[in-house]
Amino acid sequence: MSALPIAAITRPITLTIAALGGQGGGVVSDWLIHVARRAGYLAQATSVPGVAQRTGATIYYLEFFPLAGLPADKSRPIFALMPNPGDVDVVIASEIMEAGRAMQRGLVTARTTLIASSHRIYAIQEKSHMGDGRADSSQVRALAREQAKRYIEFDMQAMAEANGSVISAAMLGALCGSGALPFAVEHYVEAIRTSGIEAASSTRAFEAARRAAAESSAAAAPPTVSPTERTATRAFIPAFLKERIRARIPAAAQDLARQGVRRMIDYQDVAYASLYLDRLDSVAALEHVGSAGVALTESVARGLALWMSFEDTIRVADLKIRTARSKRVLQEVGPSTGQLVQVTEFMKPRVEEICGTLPVGLGTWILRSKTPRRWITRLTGGRQIATSSIGGFLQLYWLAGLRRWRRKTLRYSQEQMHIVHWLQLIGRLAPEDYALAVEIADCQQLVKGYGETHERGTLSFDAILADVQGRQGRPDAADRVRALRVAALADDQGIALSRVLTAA
Amino acid sequence: MAERSFAREVQTLRLRAGEVFEGEAILAVTKALLQAGVSYVGGYQGAPVSHLMDVLADAREILDDLGVHFESSASEAGAAAMLAASVNYPLRGAVTWKSTVGTNVASDALSNLASAGVLGGALMIVGEDYGEGASIMQERTHAFAMKSQIWLLDPRPDTSTIVDMVERGFELSEASQTPVMLMLRIRACHMHGSFVAKNNVAPKFSIQDALENPQRSAARIILPPATYAQEQEKVVTRWPAAVRFIVENHLNEMRAGDLEDIGIVMQGGLYNTVMRSLEMLGLADVFGKSRIPLYVLNVTYPLVPEEFTRFAAGKKALLIVEEGQPEYIEQSVNQFLRKADIQARVVGKGPLPMAGEYTGAVVSAGIKSFLAEWAASALAPSAPLSSPIGVFTERPLLPIEELRKAVPMRPPGLCTGCPERPFFSSMKIVQKEFGAVHVSADIGCHSFATLAPFNTGASIMGYGLGSASGAALSGGQGGKRSISIMGDGGFWHNGLTSGIGNSVFNKHDSVTVIVDNGYAAATGGQYIPSSRADLKNRKGRNPIEKAVRGVGVEWVRTVHTYKMQEGISALREALTTAYKGPKVIIAEGECELNRKRRVAPVLKRMAQEGKRVVRQRFGIDPDVCTGDHSCIRLSGCPSLTIKANPDPLRRDPIAHVDNSCVGCGVCGEVAHAAVLCPSFYRADVITNPSAWDRLKFRFRTTVIEFLQRRFDRRLARIAAEPSL
Repeated sequence: MSALPIAAITRPITLTIAALGGQGGGVVSDWLIHVARRAGYLAQATSVPGVAQRTGATIYYLEFFPLAGLPADKSRPIFALMPNPGDVDVVIASEIMEAGRAMQRGLVTARTTLIASSHRIYAIQEKSHMGDGRADSSQVRALAREQAKRYIEFDMQAMAEANGSVISAAMLGALCGSGALPFAVEHYVEAIRTSGIEAASSTRAFEAARRAAAESSAAAAPPTVSPTERTATRAFIPAFLKERIRARIPAAAQDLARQGVRRMIDYQDVAYASLYLDRLDSVAALEHVGSAGVALTESVARGLALWMSFEDTIRVADLKIRTARSKRVLQEVGPSTGQLVQVTEFMKPRVEEICGTLPVGLGTWILRSKTPRRWITRLTGGRQIATSSIGGFLQLYWLAGLRRWRRKTLRYSQEQMHIVHWLQLIGRLAPEDYALAVEIADCQQLVKGYGETHERGTLSFDAILADVQGRQGRPDAADRVRALRVAALADDQGIALSRVLTAA
Repeated sequence: MAERSFAREVQTLRLRAGEVFEGEAILAVTKALLQAGVSYVGGYQGAPVSHLMDVLADAREILDDLGVHFESSASEAGAAAMLAASVNYPLRGAVTWKSTVGTNVASDALSNLASAGVLGGALMIVGEDYGEGASIMQERTHAFAMKSQIWLLDPRPDTSTIVDMVERGFELSEASQTPVMLMLRIRACHMHGSFVAKNNVAPKFSIQDALENPQRSAARIILPPATYAQEQEKVVTRWPAAVRFIVENHLNEMRAGDLEDIGIVMQGGLYNTVMRSLEMLGLADVFGKSRIPLYVLNVTYPLVPEEFTRFAAGKKALLIVEEGQPEYIEQSVNQFLRKADIQARVVGKGPLPMAGEYTGAVVSAGIKSFLAEWAASALAPSAPLSSPIGVFTERPLLPIEELRKAVPMRPPGLCTGCPERPFFSSMKIVQKEFGAVHVSADIGCHSFATLAPFNTGASIMGYGLGSASGAALSGGQGGKRSISIMGDGGFWHNGLTSGIGNSVFNKHDSVTVIVDNGYAAATGGQYIPSSRADLKNRKGRNPIEKAVRGVGVEWVRTVHTYKMQEGISALREALTTAYKGPKVIIAEGECELNRKRRVAPVLKRMAQEGKRVVRQRFGIDPDVCTGDHSCIRLSGCPSLTIKANPDPLRRDPIAHVDNSCVGCGVCGEVAHAAVLCPSFYRADVITNPSAWDRLKFRFRTTVIEFLQRRFDRRLARIAAEPSL
């Protein structure tokens, strides 16, 4: 691209940087101005930072024109201050959804090279959803391939981090490597060098991204979504349980059932896993009664496993003291040699959690009492426990050791009662209204979290179960439960849920 | 220290004649002021003109050499009043602010300044915060120019033109004894360009000269009968003088073109957009040669009737490209042409929209529609557009609606580590207890608390006016009380009097929260009177609490925002106490952006020198998190995000702390205060640990690893014991 027929140049080259405030879009813009000037081009950059510099979406816009292409009378080109739909040569987006926003603005057309970082920075509406509020980037990707002259996508954020740098350096590298701009590599490298700060790491990230973009082509395979690290419990499954799953559980649900069994062993013991399979068996048996698929077994296999491994204080302590956990923390924090890492946990058990760990009789008595309850309340409150100290570790180690007494605890008996009630309802509903039974099974999703969050979820769950009584046999019963479940996840004050509940 | 350091830019202010200045337009304006022999400069920061203030604050040495007085004014009103020095003395003065909000604040002084008239050139650089990127309500500065009779320059976005207009602005001001505004749109302010510099000029008449020989004139005082004479003077002498200067110095530009039947009139600031639209339509080249005659208004007020009648003579129609509403220019042109009995049709709002930013797409569509009616032949299908690296072929634009659903909105929010976050989380928690309360919000970073996830605040009435805007809701009959928010920037701007003093005087039974982060943070971290830094040329460390008590507040609680229990207790007490007067909570916590800039280099140096440094960050155990996201709804920290659930049984994404975490501690505080969940952990990373650290660590690790191995063995045993 570096040898352009200058005589043919009558218009500027146009480039848009679509970024989020704080990502260094302005740094990329400054670098490009220096690159262009070194390459013998006039350059103009503009931006609209304003409030967007605080994490909002923002745009930087640049135009370039070669000095060699100026007319004889030396008049200068008039640069535009903002991108015009249909008149943008290169768009680089610091995050995939920002590429979508650029397309939405009409900035990506058949002449546009579109470069995007594949990573996601979730917007607040996506993050704060009570379930899964993530927007789907595949639609953006598909449109980008269809719309742009060329579409280059890779994870610039990860590449920058791997090189101890920030995404702006990788973005500059991607621009260089794409070959979409008529500037030579030396010009880019020189611009980074003279800008001073963190030149070494910036150059490394630049180089990695440059190569990645150069190797990528229009026909490139879809970017590999980084495989999520699965922390599936690797507990070994005894042969007789494996055999039971094979013999009794429909094939499509067996994988989930195996996960469930592993979870039960990891959570409690083999006997508990047997109980899980007993319960699942009875649901699987319902599949033959006039059902088409195995949706119910799948849903229950998942929900039952999660419910039976409810997060009591014993479980939390158990998860916090394992070797694998220590390793994971170190990996995430990434200390360099010579650095030491200390870990502190934030616990705040309420009276309910403390009593939940006591034997049924004692726990119930304290919860109902006055003075002892007040006494226990004094033990509650924010607690910072240093698991990297021996004292802190021993506290959790002792707590985790209570696993063998778990079946006697108040929390255990409460949860089992709820589970049995849920399974009985499913068992009763399935033969007449399979879809409704599946919906009820899916409602387990609502019961999660800790403390107040768990309480709120349980209340929603109970409200939905109460609502369904008396509506059996109606054709819209399943739809209603689904609507209620969605409403329960719409806000954390139960506003949407009570609206749907009252709309009879 | 401002958000950006301008150490490098300051050097460009020293450039000498013939050298090339390269940089942002707002910095070019700063250089232009020095070239024009300015005597004093003031202003109040705010996008998009903050950098002008920041660079001058960093350029004290150069200013001192030239004998230029600079100060960051207390408010825009203070800045405008400063121009009074030009009323009686031949001193050139310049001030700057964000418009129209700043112009609103300044307008008292502006009216008086405009009425009195000036002897020395008085220039106001106003950042027109309109259109994309604006952070304020959408209005025009033009109205202020007209009502007070202040001339309004709107130079075309070309660095040389802007620089030239600064100097011309002073001359125009002096020639017509009228203050002048030079308005720059957002993009023009941030436009990176170049111009050939001139030498800086020390003012001919110095401030010292004025002090030694004080002047006054009864005719310049704003009292009757002088005011009646001043009004006459405005229209009889100053206005005609201005028009004469504009015409003689060709401040506006007229370009010929072969399509003589029509013409386009535009505000100078829109020139580049119009030119690109014409170029895309095949009616101009990129160097400014247009087939349609053009009239570029670098001065949008006053307009010059003779120039309009000359331009319009013999034309069938004119297109007026004028951004914003009402359409003052279009109305005037109609009047000029009517009076001169020129029959050209005036077209403007109609093909062009009445309101909203004039983007390239909007202007192109407007010009197309104008041409379709008045010069259809000019709209012949043009060749496909091409740049050196691409050819533009028309193709249906995307299914935008579809994408609108797919692409999430990104409202601005508080930064990672922002000390205001824990306080707004506290407010959310307190409202859970008491039910919702009425909250009057204010302007500043804390305005973002009105957005998700805090959704706190019912109205924003102006900078520092949070408390004042809760005035009517401050006299409850027991029961609930309302809360007002105010930033420390707004507090010193006017909130101390309009809000706090007023609530004492009028015996408000209200709660005001003053967010004390140590800087005017939203505008880029400028210093304010309560900043805790050691300032070279100013005096900081004036505590807000002292000022609040000084105006008579008796109930004051100062809390640290990161200690959420403190904030919650203070709020709870303020909402329930039997005390009836105004209750002020000062929520302290240094702006994280500025803190980082202050502390990060120190820590880095310490680490390099081998000293013990502890860095903190937070993390979440993926197997403990159940994916409810309560923590995110209470905090909204950018580094607290989500990721796919690694648990094959769970489907909802889990919370996750990414590498941008600064370890501010709010996650742990929120988890505690809201009784959330035990997934959070804090990791303290010790660089250059001491021998004692290492010994302790080795001992602990040995014991813990032994216990962990024992625990792991027990897990394995359980899995192998079916009989259990």
